[in-house]
Amino acid sequence: MFDFVRRRNWFYLLSLLVLVPGIISLIIPPSLKPGIEFTGGTTFTVRFAQSVHQDALRTALSDLGHSEAIVQRTGENKFLVRTRELEGAAAAPEVGPAPPSERDTIEADLQQRFGDFLDNEGKVSNRFIDFYIVSGTVSEEIGRNAGFAVIAASVAILLYISWAFRAVPKPFLYGTAAVLALLHDAVLVLGAFSIFGKVFDIEINTMFLTGLLTVMGFSVHDTIVVFDRIRENLRRIEGIDFAECVNVSLNQTLARSVNTSFTVVLVLVAMLLMGGVTIRDFLLVLLIGIISGTYSSIFVASQLLVTWEEGDMQRFFRRFLPWRRRPAPVETEG
Amino acid sequence: MRGWFNRTLLGFIVILTVLSVVTVWPSEPNRYLPSFIPWPEGKGIKFPWVRFEGGAILGQMRNPRAMRLGLDLRGGTRLVLEADTSQAPDVDVDKALEAASRIIERRVNAFGVAESEIQRQGSDRLAVQLPGIDPDEAAKLVGRTAVLEFREPKRDDSGNILTCEGGTVTYNPPGCEGGQEVGVPAQSITAQAEESIIWVPAQAVGSDGLQKDLTGRFLKPNTFVSGHPTTGLPILNFEMTSEGAPLLEQVTTRIESLPMAFFLDGEPIRGKDNTIIAPIVRAVISDKGIIEGLPVDDARLLSIQLNAGALPVPLKVIQQEEVDATLGEDSVQKSVIAGEMALLIVMAFMTLYYRLPGVLASMALFVYTSIVLAIFKVWPVTLTLAGIAAFVLSVGMAVDANILIFERMKEELRLGRSLVASIEAGFSRAWSSIRDSNVSTLITCAILYWFGDQFGASLVKGFAFTLAIGVLVSMFSAIMVTRTFLRLTIGTPLARRLGWWVVDLAEVRGVAAVTPATGMPPQSTSGGEE
Repeated sequence: MFDFVRRRNWFYLLSLLVLVPGIISLIIPPSLKPGIEFTGGTTFTVRFAQSVHQDALRTALSDLGHSEAIVQRTGENKFLVRTRELEGAAAAPEVGPAPPSERDTIEADLQQRFGDFLDNEGKVSNRFIDFYIVSGTVSEEIGRNAGFAVIAASVAILLYISWAFRAVPKPFLYGTAAVLALLHDAVLVLGAFSIFGKVFDIEINTMFLTGLLTVMGFSVHDTIVVFDRIRENLRRIEGIDFAECVNVSLNQTLARSVNTSFTVVLVLVAMLLMGGVTIRDFLLVLLIGIISGTYSSIFVASQLLVTWEEGDMQRFFRRFLPWRRRPAPVETEG
Repeated sequence: MRGWFNRTLLGFIVILTVLSVVTVWPSEPNRYLPSFIPWPEGKGIKFPWVRFEGGAILGQMRNPRAMRLGLDLRGGTRLVLEADTSQAPDVDVDKALEAASRIIERRVNAFGVAESEIQRQGSDRLAVQLPGIDPDEAAKLVGRTAVLEFREPKRDDSGNILTCEGGTVTYNPPGCEGGQEVGVPAQSITAQAEESIIWVPAQAVGSDGLQKDLTGRFLKPNTFVSGHPTTGLPILNFEMTSEGAPLLEQVTTRIESLPMAFFLDGEPIRGKDNTIIAPIVRAVISDKGIIEGLPVDDARLLSIQLNAGALPVPLKVIQQEEVDATLGEDSVQKSVIAGEMALLIVMAFMTLYYRLPGVLASMALFVYTSIVLAIFKVWPVTLTLAGIAAFVLSVGMAVDANILIFERMKEELRLGRSLVASIEAGFSRAWSSIRDSNVSTLITCAILYWFGDQFGASLVKGFAFTLAIGVLVSMFSAIMVTRTFLRLTIGTPLARRLGWWVVDLAEVRGVAAVTPATGMPPQSTSGGEE
């Protein structure tokens, strides 16, 4: 039987080491690279029949009054362009034909300069491949609602676990530990994407948020399985030491935790390798989050229970904050 | 008794699975199989029985490609519209949007867009999905505000109502295409003949001396339906603005005892039975009036539309997405194939690791997959890329339930229990963790759904909904299906080969000898402090 519990402080240290680079990256602005869903703006993909240089396209857009345009090459003569919110792209007057929109103007001009567009299958076309507009007012709300969603999810999970574990002493502790593990995973994913944003220009969008919330759900799912075992062992084995009970439970659920995560990771890797590019970032969130979720259920959530029960915190404070030493309780001294 | 129960359950599972597979099977399976699996072209299941009359549920399955795909998989435009109340701050946004969504729906249907979706979103928004339409067309369809007009029948000099005979009536501009305008005395207009009336805009001279069309602009947006004080029949009450009252007075004086119709966006408002709503003007009306003789449903509908038509809330496009159809098709095939491969890998892993129970779990996984896909198709759930991801994730959770049970079973076997006792204990002990963990996932789903609903990410909403269905069915599959399979195996020779149940029998028995069946004795040294 592997002794998970005794090495708990080393596990915390490991978590910290993994979390710190992400946290540092989150502190250095821009912490995350927001996609247009968050900033508002327009993106479109254009593919040319003839060879076009990225700089030429940038110049052309600049001539059209879009010096803010960010041009990214995504394939053979294929570019992803991001501009400020294009005005009038969809507004139609109450009567009469719609005037050419900014989009029409750009399309016409680019075709004049660089020749025909191609659609996704390589046929000649006169339209962009895709086109998205998000107005700034929406994006503000998305950010706010995402924050609400995370807090609401955490509180709901905290309450549910406290209720589900109402038969054991200190049910609230289990909820708190599960939520802390969940935040551990959320911060890890955020940190990872903060670094990805800086290094690989990966932007975050609503799918990223969906992934993040799913990871939170999965993290709790994993933690509950371990906690359920602790709950059962506490009931079945009378007079068992709490730390011992946690350790036994961890060993008993280890095969399950590893196997489940392994199957899910298998599925995700298969999707990542074979699925389309569209959900690549989303799958990446899930992959990182689920590995972290499994780790945190064993090495964070369960260990936090022990840390609390063994009074590690008090000891820690007594050792490093001498002024807290005065009350000097008579309980367990090392 | 038990055996009978389990066999019935097995029968039920088999029937459910077969039904699901038949429902889900695509018409062109070769499109969704990896290229190394040869499949004869076009050997899909078509639905012969749908040709029979009746059967509304079966009718759902008529379209062989009925798996409803989201825009990201099919291509098209999605718009989010916001009610612009800056011009009219005292507007009842809720009612106005209700009516606006009807108006848009009618325009979109008139345009012939299949499977469009119009949804309310938050308090002041509409999300409109228009498959296969580019955004300019979409904006034209949706972006304009509705115009309500009052129209009167076109008449000849002798006062007869002109109807269109042998041709089709046109409304914009009013006329008769390919037929003859024939005057009919107002008294002899029948319900059928109403369809052929040529309706022209009702005009009157305003206080400024100008000729004006009588439109919703002159109607107060406060029409309501009530019961007639004596007859109890529904009546629609309406009120004109001060500018509109003299106009209506002129019009009703002119067309007393003639019918009047209401047009929205150039189309007549029709009742539930699809006839044009055209009440007869019985008196001269100026500021206030009632419309009698309408069925209650029609009266309500007309009231909503009159209020909205009179209340043109400008809708502003605040979000727009356009996806190329070919891009979608590519994503579908790739995702489906990736999903299939993932499923096979999981099945292989389960079989290798858990042996016979693993094989049974793989069968249960097959049952699970077909049931979930059948639900998606029949419901129908709009499947997006995120939805596919959610489905694949729920496969992971379905497997997790089985892993939990099997690990528990192995433990019980190690404690020296019999196979039957171990199976039952495996299920009953694992249940609480399966329940609690899945409930927490369902809570997350509910919050995600709300989150998606609030800011109109139908993608997120679809994901949450799909995941929730997956989690619910996975609980059924893990508990009912796998358990039934396992129980039915017990009576067979398969149950005697313990090696097929646990990887290494000797090791298992060895462990069982060391660990007493009572549980974990306090023999360890690790719990104490250093």
